[in-house]
Amino acid sequence: MTAGTNRETPRYGVLGYPTLMLGVFFLGPFGIMVAVSFFHRVPGGFYEPAFELANYARFFTPLFVEHLVLSMYVAVLVAVICVSIGFPFTYLLTRLPRRTQVLWLVFLLSVLSLSEVIVAFSWSVLLSRTAGVSNLLAWAGLMDKPASWTPGFPAMLLGLTYLAFPYTVLMLYPPLSRLDPELGEAARTMGASPLRTFFTVVVPVLRPAILAGLIMVFVFVLGAYLIPQILGRPQHWTLSVLITDQAIYQSNLPFAAAMAVFLLAASLGLIALTLGIGRRAGLRS
Amino acid sequence: MQGLVLDNVSKSFGRVRAVAEVSLDLPDGKLVCFLGPSGCGKTTLLRLIAGLEAPSAGRILIDGEDITELPAHRRNVGMVFQSLALFPHLTVAQNIAYGLRIQAAGKDEQRKRADELLELVRLPGLGDRHVSQLSGGQRQRVATARALALKPRLFLLDEPLSALDAKLREEMQLELTLLQRRLGITTILVTHDQREAMTMSDLVVVMAEGQVQQLGPPLEIYRNPANRFVADFIGTSNLLDGTVGEDGSVSIEGRTIRVAARPPEATPGGRVTVSVRPEDVHVLPGAHDGANRLSGTVTFVRDVGASVETYIDCAGTTIVSHATPKDRASVSPGDPATVELPQPACVVLTT
Repeated sequence: MTAGTNRETPRYGVLGYPTLMLGVFFLGPFGIMVAVSFFHRVPGGFYEPAFELANYARFFTPLFVEHLVLSMYVAVLVAVICVSIGFPFTYLLTRLPRRTQVLWLVFLLSVLSLSEVIVAFSWSVLLSRTAGVSNLLAWAGLMDKPASWTPGFPAMLLGLTYLAFPYTVLMLYPPLSRLDPELGEAARTMGASPLRTFFTVVVPVLRPAILAGLIMVFVFVLGAYLIPQILGRPQHWTLSVLITDQAIYQSNLPFAAAMAVFLLAASLGLIALTLGIGRRAGLRS
Repeated sequence: MQGLVLDNVSKSFGRVRAVAEVSLDLPDGKLVCFLGPSGCGKTTLLRLIAGLEAPSAGRILIDGEDITELPAHRRNVGMVFQSLALFPHLTVAQNIAYGLRIQAAGKDEQRKRADELLELVRLPGLGDRHVSQLSGGQRQRVATARALALKPRLFLLDEPLSALDAKLREEMQLELTLLQRRLGITTILVTHDQREAMTMSDLVVVMAEGQVQQLGPPLEIYRNPANRFVADFIGTSNLLDGTVGEDGSVSIEGRTIRVAARPPEATPGGRVTVSVRPEDVHVLPGAHDGANRLSGTVTFVRDVGASVETYIDCAGTTIVSHATPKDRASVSPGDPATVELPQPACVVLTT
């Protein structure tokens, strides 16, 4: 009995360290942010401790609601694009020889090493009228003259998709490579073409992975604040951009904190909803 | 022309030759076992027949129709996979009716066929269960039912019983054999378990290194193995090296062994192997002279209840004898003994 207890203690000790770090570096700042969201802003200065709901009251303005809806819309759109390209891509990738797979994964990892700033500026150059790919298309005779594709909504979507795509693939890779190939082969012997096998077996079997991928990209895009600024017009700015703007340029930390809390709550609610729908669909089938 | 014909079929993976120029003519309605050690190409051969791999060379024909170029989903073969490959997102009935769903059959028809097949594999009323709620034997039956749902031309099984425990495996072997006889469907079973092959099949195809070593009914293969590999792989065998004499007998360790039959390749003076099954070897206490007898020393006696195994060292070669407790010779390790090899049991192998 005592031997058992002795063995248990160090195990909890090991867990204690990450718990402590998480508390100090995550829960602490988060608590401060929640507190600040109720503080009173001192115009021209900083803020002072108070308890007022004025920051939250500002949400009920058309401008704020518009940006919230836009942020959700962009995040959902990019998540759907990333997963609907990334899932078939990763599925085909796992069917390739091991060496080819490793090369692709190394390439995707190297894309991950690029910061959001570099990605944003590279795309803004590539999509520009003066130095972008449209020059090549005009030279090849596919276009009359070079055009400017940035800033704009499609440019912003492209940049965000580019940024989130490697994460999508890396997230879908483990479940897809663990998928028993005999499942697909069984479908083939029962008369399903490769395409029908993909949609009637591979996709439904991996629905949890697809859902997880969608949620991850959604959350990831919600937090992106540089690409919308560089590749999008002001009317395309997501809530994250507004938060940055309020916190850094307007020095309105209480309002920025309130927006951050609200964004977090809204996205958690949406994720819970998605998971709920996913589970109900799982029970039904 | 009825049945399945493989015409010079080869399959290479890179530099590895998994199946090398296999030609087989399998009759309609029989249960055929592909038997061999792991890596002998038996599973690859099955996958070639199912269309899950394309042959590097050769042709495959069913009932005279060349299906070599036909993709798997147009061949109409039913297959039970090693992992069973039941779809985890579907219920038992939906699993069984998957093929019908692909053919866009009506919901009622799907349900009706699923119920019929569940009846056939003796699992009535389990249609609405989820695959994860089934036991190993039930899963095995569902996979069988699913493979038969489209009334396939061929029924292929890739080591389907390997995940079951020994008792359940024997039950399922019997059940599958009876099912196959009832339906009369041409069936190919891949296995590395020779007992399974012996008890279930009408015909056994023994494979090694991508090639067919022998094709025949199980007892024929057991009694008259074609070569050393088959003699050694199917059951256990005493393999004795010797030289063919002028009169057709074989000389082993200076003793004359008269053999059952001499294949034409065994010319006088040639080196051959004589295969004798352990249960055909008689043990006599003490040293005796005479034809078909070898003398030696008992090294080990193992009494396993139902049979007694006696190991005798004859000038460096160990000969094993299996006897029933009733027929056992009263010898113990260290005793001199003589083994008698009855002439009809001595099979001459040249390769």
